[in-house]
Amino acid sequence: MRRILTLIAGAIIVVLGAIFGRMILQPGPYGFAGGNRVDLASYKGASPTGVPAELAAADPRTRGEYVTRMADCEACHTAKGGTPFAGGRPFVLPFGTIYTPNITPDPETGIGKWTDAQFLTAVHKGIAPDGSRLYPAFPYASYTRLTDADVLAIKSYLFSLKPVRQANKPNTFGFPFNQRWLMGIWSAFFNDDKRFQPVQEQSPAWNRGAYLVEAAGHCGECHTPRNLLQALDQRQKFAGGQAEGWNAYNITSDRISGIGAWSNDELAAYLTTGHAKGRGVASGPMHEAVALSISKLTKSDIAAMVTYLRTVPAIRSDRLPQPAGPAPASPKLASIDNPVGKRMFEGNCVACHAWTGAGAIIEEARLTGVRSVNDPTATNVAQMILNGAGRPGTGRPYMPSFADAYSDSEVAAVANYVTARFGAAGSSITAKEVAALRRQN
Amino acid sequence: MDLKINGADHQVDVPDNMPLLWVVRDVIGLTGTKFGCGIAQCGACTVHLDGVAVRSCQLPVGAVGGRAITTIEGVGATPAGAKIQKAWLDLEVIQCGYCQPGQVMSAAALLAANPQPDDEAIDAAMAGNLCRCGTYVRIREGIKHAARA
Amino acid sequence: MPLAPDLSRRAILQGGGALVAGLLVAIELPWAAARADEPEPTGKRFNAFIHVAPDNTVTFTLPAVEMGQGAFTSQTQCLAEELDVALDKVMTVPAPPDQANYGSPALIVQATGGSTTTMAWSGPLRKAGATARAMLVAAAAARWQVDPASLTTENGVITHAPSGRTIAYGAVADAASRLTPPKDVPLKDPAHFRLIGKPVHRIDTPDKVTGKTVYGIDVMLPGMKFATLMASPVLGGKVGSVDQAQAMTVPGVRQVVVLDDLVAVVADNTWAAMQGLNALAIEWAPGSNAGLDQAQLWAGLEKAAQGPGVTAKKEGDAPAKLKDGTLFEQSYELPYLAHAPMEMTNCVVHVHDGGCEVWTGTQVPGFAQAGAAKALGIPPEKVTIHNHMIGGGFGRRLEVDGVVKATRIAAHVDGPLKVIWSREEDIRQQLYRPLYNEHLKARVENGRITALHHRVTGGSVMARWLPVAFTNGVDSDAVEGAVDVPYAIGNRLVEYIRHESAVPVAFWRGVGPNGSIFSVECFIDLIARKTGSDPLDFRRAHLEKNPRALGVLNLVAEKAGWGTPAPPSPHGARRGRGIALMNAFGSFLAAIADVAVNDTGDVRVTRLVIAADVGQVVNPDTLEAQIQGGATFGLSTVLFDKITFAGGKVEQGNFNDYRILRIDEMPVIEAHVVPSKENMGGIGEPGTVVTQPAVANAVYAATGVQLTRMPIDRALIAKGA
Ligand code: FES
Ligand code: FES
Repeated sequence: MRRILTLIAGAIIVVLGAIFGRMILQPGPYGFAGGNRVDLASYKGASPTGVPAELAAADPRTRGEYVTRMADCEACHTAKGGTPFAGGRPFVLPFGTIYTPNITPDPETGIGKWTDAQFLTAVHKGIAPDGSRLYPAFPYASYTRLTDADVLAIKSYLFSLKPVRQANKPNTFGFPFNQRWLMGIWSAFFNDDKRFQPVQEQSPAWNRGAYLVEAAGHCGECHTPRNLLQALDQRQKFAGGQAEGWNAYNITSDRISGIGAWSNDELAAYLTTGHAKGRGVASGPMHEAVALSISKLTKSDIAAMVTYLRTVPAIRSDRLPQPAGPAPASPKLASIDNPVGKRMFEGNCVACHAWTGAGAIIEEARLTGVRSVNDPTATNVAQMILNGAGRPGTGRPYMPSFADAYSDSEVAAVANYVTARFGAAGSSITAKEVAALRRQN
Repeated sequence: MDLKINGADHQVDVPDNMPLLWVVRDVIGLTGTKFGCGIAQCGACTVHLDGVAVRSCQLPVGAVGGRAITTIEGVGATPAGAKIQKAWLDLEVIQCGYCQPGQVMSAAALLAANPQPDDEAIDAAMAGNLCRCGTYVRIREGIKHAARA
Repeated sequence: MPLAPDLSRRAILQGGGALVAGLLVAIELPWAAARADEPEPTGKRFNAFIHVAPDNTVTFTLPAVEMGQGAFTSQTQCLAEELDVALDKVMTVPAPPDQANYGSPALIVQATGGSTTTMAWSGPLRKAGATARAMLVAAAAARWQVDPASLTTENGVITHAPSGRTIAYGAVADAASRLTPPKDVPLKDPAHFRLIGKPVHRIDTPDKVTGKTVYGIDVMLPGMKFATLMASPVLGGKVGSVDQAQAMTVPGVRQVVVLDDLVAVVADNTWAAMQGLNALAIEWAPGSNAGLDQAQLWAGLEKAAQGPGVTAKKEGDAPAKLKDGTLFEQSYELPYLAHAPMEMTNCVVHVHDGGCEVWTGTQVPGFAQAGAAKALGIPPEKVTIHNHMIGGGFGRRLEVDGVVKATRIAAHVDGPLKVIWSREEDIRQQLYRPLYNEHLKARVENGRITALHHRVTGGSVMARWLPVAFTNGVDSDAVEGAVDVPYAIGNRLVEYIRHESAVPVAFWRGVGPNGSIFSVECFIDLIARKTGSDPLDFRRAHLEKNPRALGVLNLVAEKAGWGTPAPPSPHGARRGRGIALMNAFGSFLAAIADVAVNDTGDVRVTRLVIAADVGQVVNPDTLEAQIQGGATFGLSTVLFDKITFAGGKVEQGNFNDYRILRIDEMPVIEAHVVPSKENMGGIGEPGTVVTQPAVANAVYAATGVQLTRMPIDRALIAKGA
């Protein structure tokens, strides 16, 4: 009996070990490319790091700002309506809410007293000057690939900003998640603390793209699913993840669920302007990433990102069907039994999106063919309805938020109406799920 | 930039992203088209592009192209527009009237596309037009009255 | 719309003596004396309201403004009825600021509101028309050497039947105007009315249907520039610093005007101005209200409502009766509300030559004139007001903050300037309907309320807007519905507590009765339900001595089929029928609403039946339209609307979050009018007032939950909540 138990226990340990091992022993973010990875110093080809050639001669502040944009620091380190880089933005995680810190050079509440070495340690290793461990909501496992020079360029840019006195808000994690030292173990597993290594066999553009996507842009933090240990599951690289209650879609080269069917021009347009004809609009966190980071990059850098993204192996996600085509113009679609959704749509949505979903006024308002509308969870559709996008009167497309005046059941109804009418498979998001999304914002 | 409004040609020198609403009102001086929200939620700014009702507050003038623009000042020249305007007067639909250019434009576009709209079709076409004075009961009757005319 | 008939009655009956006399004098003044500041037009003016030109064109200068309520038509009906001219021969213009001639007999000041136009003006206007007609007839009689009594008039023509001679008004206008106006000209016998009481077509609609009407926002002047503005988002905050660099690079932007509390961008068109405003980097100094939030505002009100208050009405001894027996007690709370008329605040101002001209739509031309003058530090005579059609007032245009801000901006700009507020600015920088706490306590004996204590707590509009009507610490408007309950109760005490917060408050369609009548009608349903009575029967039991109230109540019950259940609806399984009664503005209305409530608490009003007794009616068609419109306004209010504050800022901004009922959410409305010979009552506001409690009571009937804070909170009536 005892032996059997021991055997079973042993088997469990082995299985658990295998599972954990598999979680821990991950391929590198661009391991799929094969080839020889070499240290930067020995890489033969134009440097994939720093600023692009066009900006090589720019003044140090401009270069620092560019690298800061590449790493998209502003989006996370700015509260809604707050001063840029002064922190305070909440991230609602399963175990509590974390607030980003102030990274302006204020000596008391910001990072004004940090030395270069301390800054490097924080960005590369996730360790604060007082030795405490940072939560990996701060993507140091990606940033660890940034060169020292680029990290310090960011620091000098941040130090050129106006100091803002704004105290950091404590996070709301309970035990055991408030045990920061545990992050040390996490990082031992998931942060290899290695700088970017170009792949000798790939083109300079590809390597530049890899640096932008993996080190600076940290795209995988949202677009790659996470495992139980909250680490990126690189075997599912870019197959779609989560970002602040939004679905971050599959950006592998799969033609149906990913971006394999997008042309280079479409990808470049989407990254540069947040919109590509027939492909929809970057919304939510992706909108911020485009607005504050990607749209500020040079043409050559965008092209490099496209080059790199094209090579990411295709992964099919079952939950993302082929987007449906245009919808009929008639509002009479007896098969959609959703009177509340229809009513909300005809009153609030038709003016811009049209009964065909083709967009009544501007291309940005097209719903057909758009990924989120074809996502049977309707998460992003509901998020759009709750959050809207843009600001009125700017000359850029704007969608108001309907969160305040419409109930959870109304928001759910219209989201389900939209997916049923314009998507490949209707959704059945519930009022409760909408309520949960509201709490994320 | 050349615009065709109510059958007349207009040349305007404005940025591409300027909403048609402001081109029509401030630059051309046709003030019948109203500003009510600026975010395509009220319908006060409704005009026709080749007979289709659109919200001019969200329509960049650069997207108009060669399409014919009809505003409240010109819609009476179309059969559906004339019918709607007459029905509006017959039934005294209007109160303050500020939303009504938009209501008339939406109703005229509806009637032109669907000469005998039922309640569902009226809802579908008119729900984007707010009226703070509360003339909805009569708008509904007015469209039916015009359809019978 | 605002202002309460209680005040109007007092103004007419007591303080009003001098005003009425002043008015009559004004009517008798010849044109040149009455309007010395304007060039005399060709033709003759008989009094402040009537002008007849040699070509027979008749121009009426109307004291009350048109904002959708049909006032231009009803006033014209009154004048034309007595003058005997056809409506289509008449031109109408709004009156300029002129308190002596156009001060309202009901509102004291020159204002349009409170559903008072008809009750205030129908008499004086008819008298003005009859007097002018008598003078024209006298002039014709003198010319023909005949007895004036032998002459008849019709459609602007005087006829001497025995000789078959006729002459048009225009031909004798000059001679007539030289005569001394007769006194006490008899008015027409209502039996001979051709216009009053008839559903004549409105005179303002033909231009509105073709887009020709020029609202204030449509004014175009040569050389005019366009501006839009932003005031401190935090209530009472100031401008800290402004970086204009980006804004000045926007094509078409001419100038940035920075004042202490607001910033405006001046440009070649509104769009450029809006872009410019967006491009400004403004740092605000938020000031002391930065911490203000809604929970705090509610709590402050609730604390103030602990009383005691100032007595507004006392009958018998309510406090003594409320010591024991079967007692009921409940508070009802009403939110801040924005007017949100479709035409947002706007104003054209040209400051020049030591004076200024203002083009706008205002319910209070005199206040507009005074406001602009004060802003510029010049005497009011130097300010000319060109009044325009109003794209919805609802009380918003009883305020002149839009005129004052535009004038302050225009003072820094060369040439005429049109200032248009964005919808967001309009909603966030309004003056709001006050937050109200209505506390009621009642004793019930043998199925009747025998004592009632009603305490109204809220900000006072009257104290600011018309201080003379804020007497002894009581806001007559706020307590109107509590003081004038239609029910016979016996022991009553009505108290008022003025509680001001930092939030500025204003009249809003339905004014005080919106709060006081809402709470009385909800409270009655609460008692009826708790005592197992039928809400209709329970009301009837208190109305033996009030036939008009009983009349509308019985009529509405009959038409709506009270006693039968509300029919099934696809909008929700829980159905309910609610009733409410209203006595205010000199009118009686009763409403029955049917609602369907779904499992998640969304409420759909499926049918609304309203019965009205508004006394004599000038235009029955307008009456029906006003009932429909007022009710629709009330539906948005009770179902959706509230203005709330967070961090000192208004949280709503446009129709996406300040929700207005849409046509596809609109119930059937059936309006039934009781024919009545009683004095004319107001009708702009009652529909709004009576609809809200009817809907709230229907929701109560459907769900068994009485909601006590408006608007309807769907979470509280979700299934299983
Ligand atoms: S102004 Fe265009 S829809 Fe409201
Ligand atoms: S008529 Fe006044 S807003 Fe519609």
